[in-house]
Amino acid sequence: MTTAIKPAAARAVDVWKVYGHGEAQVIALRGVSVELAQGEFTAIMGPSGSGKSTLMHCLAGLDTVTRGDVYVGSTQVTKLSDSGLTKLRRDKIGFIFQQFNLLPTLTAEENILLPLSIAGRKPDKDWYQTVIKTVGLEERLSHKPTELSGGQQQRVACARSLVSRPDVIFADEPTGNLDSRSGAEVLGFLRNSVREFGQTIVMVTHDPTAASYADRVIFLADGQIVDELLSPTVDQVHDKLKSLDPHAHSGDV
Amino acid sequence: MLKATMKSLLSRKLRLTLSALAVVLGVMFVAGSLVLSSTLNKSLDSLFANIYEATDVQASHKPNLQREDGAPGQADPIQASEVDKVKGLPGVKSATGVVYSDGARLIGKNGKVVPSQARVATNWVGEDEIVKLREGRGPEADDEIAINAALASSSRYKVGDTVGVLTLQTKKEFKIVGIVGYSGNRDSIGGEHTIAFTTPAAQQLLLDKPGFFTWIDVKAADGVSKAKLKADVQAALGDTYVVKTGEELGKDQAKALEPLMNIFRNVFLGFAGVSLFVSIFLIINTFSIIVAQRTRELALMRALGAGGGQVIGSVLLEALVIGLISSVLGLVLGIGVGWLLTKLAGGDLPSAGLVVPPSAIIASFVIGVGITAVAALAPALRASRIPPIAAMRDAANTVKPLTKVTISGLVVTALGVAGLWVALAGDAGDSFWLLLGGGLLLSFIGVALLTPIISKPVVSVLGALFSWSMPGKLGRGNSARNPRRTAITAAALMIGIALVTGVSVIISSFKASISDMYNTGLNAELIIAGEQTGPVPPTFAGSVIDQAKSTPGVSSVSALYFDGAKINGENGFVYAVNDLPATAQMFNLKVSGGSLGQLQAGQLVVDEDTAKDKKLSAGGTVQIQTSRGEPVTYTVAGVFKKSTLLNGFVLPQEATKNFQATNPAIAYIKLASGAKVSEVQASIDKILADSPDVSAADVSSYVEQQTKGLDGLLTMVQILLGLAMIIAVLGVINTLALSMIERTRELGMLRAVGMSRGQMMGMVTVESVVISVFGAILGIAVGIGLGWAVIRALHDIGIKVFALPWGTVIAYLIVAAVVGVIAAFIPAIRAARTDVLRAISYE
Repeated sequence: MTTAIKPAAARAVDVWKVYGHGEAQVIALRGVSVELAQGEFTAIMGPSGSGKSTLMHCLAGLDTVTRGDVYVGSTQVTKLSDSGLTKLRRDKIGFIFQQFNLLPTLTAEENILLPLSIAGRKPDKDWYQTVIKTVGLEERLSHKPTELSGGQQQRVACARSLVSRPDVIFADEPTGNLDSRSGAEVLGFLRNSVREFGQTIVMVTHDPTAASYADRVIFLADGQIVDELLSPTVDQVHDKLKSLDPHAHSGDV
Repeated sequence: MLKATMKSLLSRKLRLTLSALAVVLGVMFVAGSLVLSSTLNKSLDSLFANIYEATDVQASHKPNLQREDGAPGQADPIQASEVDKVKGLPGVKSATGVVYSDGARLIGKNGKVVPSQARVATNWVGEDEIVKLREGRGPEADDEIAINAALASSSRYKVGDTVGVLTLQTKKEFKIVGIVGYSGNRDSIGGEHTIAFTTPAAQQLLLDKPGFFTWIDVKAADGVSKAKLKADVQAALGDTYVVKTGEELGKDQAKALEPLMNIFRNVFLGFAGVSLFVSIFLIINTFSIIVAQRTRELALMRALGAGGGQVIGSVLLEALVIGLISSVLGLVLGIGVGWLLTKLAGGDLPSAGLVVPPSAIIASFVIGVGITAVAALAPALRASRIPPIAAMRDAANTVKPLTKVTISGLVVTALGVAGLWVALAGDAGDSFWLLLGGGLLLSFIGVALLTPIISKPVVSVLGALFSWSMPGKLGRGNSARNPRRTAITAAALMIGIALVTGVSVIISSFKASISDMYNTGLNAELIIAGEQTGPVPPTFAGSVIDQAKSTPGVSSVSALYFDGAKINGENGFVYAVNDLPATAQMFNLKVSGGSLGQLQAGQLVVDEDTAKDKKLSAGGTVQIQTSRGEPVTYTVAGVFKKSTLLNGFVLPQEATKNFQATNPAIAYIKLASGAKVSEVQASIDKILADSPDVSAADVSSYVEQQTKGLDGLLTMVQILLGLAMIIAVLGVINTLALSMIERTRELGMLRAVGMSRGQMMGMVTVESVVISVFGAILGIAVGIGLGWAVIRALHDIGIKVFALPWGTVIAYLIVAAVVGVIAAFIPAIRAARTDVLRAISYE
């Protein structure tokens, strides 16, 4: 693979995820191995039930794996205790959720600085200024989340994930709750942070337009990586998904 | 709809349990109080019926004074010849003269008087249906006694021991020759301690009247009815005698105790009422939160075509089910508590079996179901107004303005305070209790309504204490997030703390006032007095006074005697002193008419206010009848200005021979200048060696002794209100637990961005502590206000010092903080265990 030249920000090695036993057994991931290069914007796509969210959760240390190993940087995630995982999430990982998940009691600024406050660290002033300028929130810092639009709230969430300079940001359908214009703003901003600051971002999405902002798209079906695209266009992603869908269908039956 | 309600009910077991628990505790208290009072009543009835089982008819002199509590007062003794007269009547099988008093105290192995609930001293008249000798024999010589088994077991004396007994005379030595039990192998009839002397010894030592008896027990000959016997005896003795059958005596005595039992029951019911009142807060809050959380579900039902009435029905049904289950549980537990309390409060009372009155069952269900339904009504109405469109949006946590609540809070508080003011100002007359209770209730509701608006600034100041850490800051934010919810939770805690603080303030002010009274009003250094361990205050031999006077270092001694009296035919109270000039000097009495010189027989002095009340002045006369003897006409020798320590009629020492207690109860000693208090105290203690139930104390330790009972009272109130506080704490737990469920996604996000479990628990704990301490601050403020109002109202009876119990107040604040930490425990663990994945993928 061409990405092998850059060191991996996160990688999965032969990861299996199995739910339930016997008759009720569901295999969500079947031996997935993937490397996510540093400074790259990766999108994970696939039909529902393909295991794309499960893969992301396993990579982020939110879910345990049944077999195989997950690394973030040089840390072996699969070996960590709860406090180790907490520390990993605090220091090395950023999250962006579909539901924004801001704290209603805090202002935009306090929400952005929340991960640093939890860790008891002081923000890097210049970097903080750069981040809020990039997301265009200078005027809105003292507002509570309820006083912000959906797009603005998601930009606060993006700033929150960026401000601690994590090794990797995981974004779970970040544009799922936004109109197309706000969605495009957020995606543009995510791509810029990869281009300009070398941030690593992994995004799960089912929207081909969103995926077209990524450097690389990984396609999952039936718990396995079935394909990938580099520097994708909307149409390419669309066609690829179409070709996967009947396959996924036959797999379900 | 019914099925849907039941399903949603069962799916929320935790919240169900917590809100049910509040009702259970309240109902338990009510049922327990009713069971306790009915059971005790029945025990007492059977006790008194039993005491007089062996008595057909009893005759005694009409008492001079009817005591306030309805118990028979001291009557003049009966001559032995009267007993013989009764003996000679036809239809009389036997007539026995009985000497009876509560004035003999046995000195225990530790040299102190054996403490007793009730003391009986009598003459030994042999065994009968009830009294059975268990060991030894009855007393035959005047230095022999028999004691009952209850006294034997608590003093650990045996037959053959030589013991000291205090009677009207100072300590005398007696030999125990017999131990008495009662039919049915009982140690006592009702927990009393009995000492039996020979008849001559009893007459001398208990009545100070050889040849006299207290009453006559009469037995009917076979075939003679009690009614006939009663009439015959009455006719023979004349109308200066009261003649009653055994049944009548039993009923009279049981009846005399009824008011006391009612007070007992009402006090318990009062505390039960407080618990229930607090429960209402908890239930309202629980249902409000539940309705808020079920907004989507209820709106969906509305969208699917359910009517507003059906939504109300659904919420009320949930309340009714909780109420019903809680009532049953509360009743069962209440019966258990009632039984336990009977064992504790009844002491040695013979058990007549547990009584569960119908009132307990009815009250349990009416209160349990009623309160839950009333508390759920407001949330139910709110639920019915949820528009179907709410199903589509996430509108569970809209914050409503507080204007309406605040205005109604101000109005209700004003009404409550006005009611209290009128009640305490003493203008209320018959409606005192109504105004007091109503005023208190309205004040609490009013303050509770004002709490949301107060909570904003107070909570943010309190929270600022914790804002140095991120979890603390988040906890502070969370507690200010929903002012109504925080307020109602804190208000529940406020009520208990307000009442306890109020009582503490009143008690500490009482103590300070009493201490102030002695410090400023008493010009003496030592006080001889005893701690009251029985129904009669301890007294000491009159000879002690003379001995004390001749003790080196003593300048003067003033002894005080007390008795009930009829003053110009009205019930009242009189004092007697041995040395009026000394007393006047020690109490700083100021003459306003006549003189305060040494009193002669037939003279008295009185304070100005009482004199005015009885239309007396120096030189006037007043008729006074004490416990014994004929009325005596006294001339007013002097009138003194109202003082803090001594007011009313003061008689000469000579009058005390007709007092119930002919010995002094208290003596004040003034030292000569230069004498050392501790040295004189030691010599006085030596004189008191034969009066072990009194001791000499300096003024400050005397005041402490006198106010010790108040501390016990405070402890009791604290324990009883503890239940209300437990309910309030359940409220804190409930509110937090429900809030955690509401914030699941938020908690998941915090975990996702790296908050540790410890930090999560810290966050919840801060929220809990802020709510609890806020409740405590409110309660302390309201309690101090209440205490201040009561003390002001009591200004006229001499409670002039308003003292804040700082130690107690600070202790309550600390307790509130600790309670906050404890209440946070379960919700905090729940929050810390939030599964990140489920929380964030939760839609």
